[in-house]
Amino acid sequence: MTASSQGRRSPMGKSAKKRRGPSARERYRARWGLIFISPWIVGFLAFTLIPILATLAFSFTDYSPVAPDRTRFVGVNNYATMFGDTKVRTSLAVTVRYGIMAIPATLGFGLLLATLVNAKHLVSKNIFRTLFFMPSMIPAVAGAMIWGGVMNTQTGWINLGLETIGIPGPDWLNSTTWIYPALVLIGLWGVGNLMVTLLAAMQGIPSEYFEAARMDGANPLQSYWFITLPMISPVIFYNLTLMLIGTFQYFVLPYVLKNGTGGPADATLFYSLNLYKNAFEYNLMGYGSALAWVLFIIVLILTVLLFASQRYWVYYAGGGD
Amino acid sequence: MASARAYRDRLTQRQRASLDKILVTCIGLVVLLVFLAPLGYMATTGIKSDVQISDPDAPKLWPYSKKTYEYKGEALEIFNVPTEDGVQQLAAIKKTRKATQFIDPQNPEGGEIRWEGNWRTLDPVYVSDPQWVNFRNAWEQLDFFKLFRNTFIIAGFGTIGAVISSVVVAYGFARFDFRGKNALFMVLIATVILPVQATLIPTYILYARIGWTNTFLPLIVPHFFANAYNVFLLRQYYLGIPREMDEAAEIDGASPLQTLFAVIIPQSIPAIMAVCLFHFFFAWNDFFAPLVYLVSRPELWPLSVGLQKFNAIYGRVPNLLQTGSMIMIIIPVVVFFLAQRVFMQGIVITGVEK
Repeated sequence: MTASSQGRRSPMGKSAKKRRGPSARERYRARWGLIFISPWIVGFLAFTLIPILATLAFSFTDYSPVAPDRTRFVGVNNYATMFGDTKVRTSLAVTVRYGIMAIPATLGFGLLLATLVNAKHLVSKNIFRTLFFMPSMIPAVAGAMIWGGVMNTQTGWINLGLETIGIPGPDWLNSTTWIYPALVLIGLWGVGNLMVTLLAAMQGIPSEYFEAARMDGANPLQSYWFITLPMISPVIFYNLTLMLIGTFQYFVLPYVLKNGTGGPADATLFYSLNLYKNAFEYNLMGYGSALAWVLFIIVLILTVLLFASQRYWVYYAGGGD
Repeated sequence: MASARAYRDRLTQRQRASLDKILVTCIGLVVLLVFLAPLGYMATTGIKSDVQISDPDAPKLWPYSKKTYEYKGEALEIFNVPTEDGVQQLAAIKKTRKATQFIDPQNPEGGEIRWEGNWRTLDPVYVSDPQWVNFRNAWEQLDFFKLFRNTFIIAGFGTIGAVISSVVVAYGFARFDFRGKNALFMVLIATVILPVQATLIPTYILYARIGWTNTFLPLIVPHFFANAYNVFLLRQYYLGIPREMDEAAEIDGASPLQTLFAVIIPQSIPAIMAVCLFHFFFAWNDFFAPLVYLVSRPELWPLSVGLQKFNAIYGRVPNLLQTGSMIMIIIPVVVFFLAQRVFMQGIVITGVEK
């Protein structure tokens, strides 16, 4: 749509007079460019923009797929209901609680692994990199099965290991306290992307920086803190954004481990699971749409805040903005 | 600690370097071993027998069965029996709480041996006994043929769509100028942060209306419209191809579409391979979309949903679950080892260069 207005001569004739209009070749190529990106534009409208607006519209109704003809406009009722819905409150608390544990732990572990496989003295680095990445390729459902077994109280290797050193292991998956560390631990298996991107950033740091720091008497820990971390902060930022968004969409692992029950005692009733249950198990799609919009707004606000925080801690070598 | 440091100081530069190498590599190996240990659990549990799984006294780490001795058409359990000549492995013929009649498998003609005491206090003799038959049982009970077929259909067609659309869209963004291009590209990248839930319900209702729920279509068709990661990856790659090559083709009279086929695609095979692999395994792993759209049609379930539903029903049979997991992960893991460079480079391009 933008190109047709570019091709046409503007009726006001202002811009056309100021600078030479686009040549025939430019117009020809602009048309081709639009043709090439048109699949995405169509997809964006059909699968993103219109559905988001439709979600908003549905959130003001009591739409149910069982009786779509009896759909009524209910104003902001769904949003009002959310405020009194203890399940919503629980799901938000559960999600935040998990995020507070998972994000720092994952980031820290990813940094440790990236540092390890970047270490000068590590022999056959590539094998280590490949093997540390490999579990990220394991489908989440299979990963949940494997870890569900490993954390089994009777035959699981974790509790067997703890037993041999005299510590009684917890019931990881059925305790409202231990389920969160369990989920975080399982999540560490997917640390591969984080490790690989951090590693690439570390490898991109010019070695002169470290030499200069060493000349000035910096120890390895200091150069890690004052050179490595600032230099890789854009990649940390990128991963942090993805993790934050991922936390609010967290679904598969708790669903598979607890078979969608949200147990024990709603401890795995994550925001997305609660949304899924409302929309697809209780058929409350109007209410589900309201939950989805609130999720969208939360993610948007968090992303904006994170982007705004960039200038305090993210270092862009090119000067950035 | 202090003496270790003193010792280290006495070493030559080269000795010190190799000491560091040994230390760091050992730490790496320990971390790696712990990190991958769950795979060991999967592999050993997957070939355990049902009996061993349900017996709390059985050894835990390796697949074992109780050793038996065939005697007069009966399989007799063998126990470690303390006798005057030390501990002997004897087969129990008649077990009572007071005393047990044994026979020596080494010397069955030697007659029955009576042992006083409760036989339950004796330790059974175990032998390593991997149950390879679990693979066949899991394959049949989970109907893996059906799960694999469905997964291949969903992943295969989706990959075709993802590759064609992102190759074309990335070309448009990388090589052509039109008004609003930068803004559109920003919108494309911004879709990365969009939660799937924000579009889920209306899309579901639409699919239900046009009869697409309970078919593969909702899992395939949307991928024919390009996604941000793939477009970004390919665009970055295209930007590295010299423009002179396009211009030469254009001077020879090639249309932009011909240029795409003659110049761009042959130059970017590695990136296209990466998109192929990323999408294929995205579809292989995807659980949420098939759950939403196929939950009431078991004959259309892919691996992910099939395995989860099996877990929900037979969660108490851990050995078959682990065998099933092994069957599900084998293809992704093998392909990853074969094409690891392509994977890791693709991740670096989308994750670092933004």
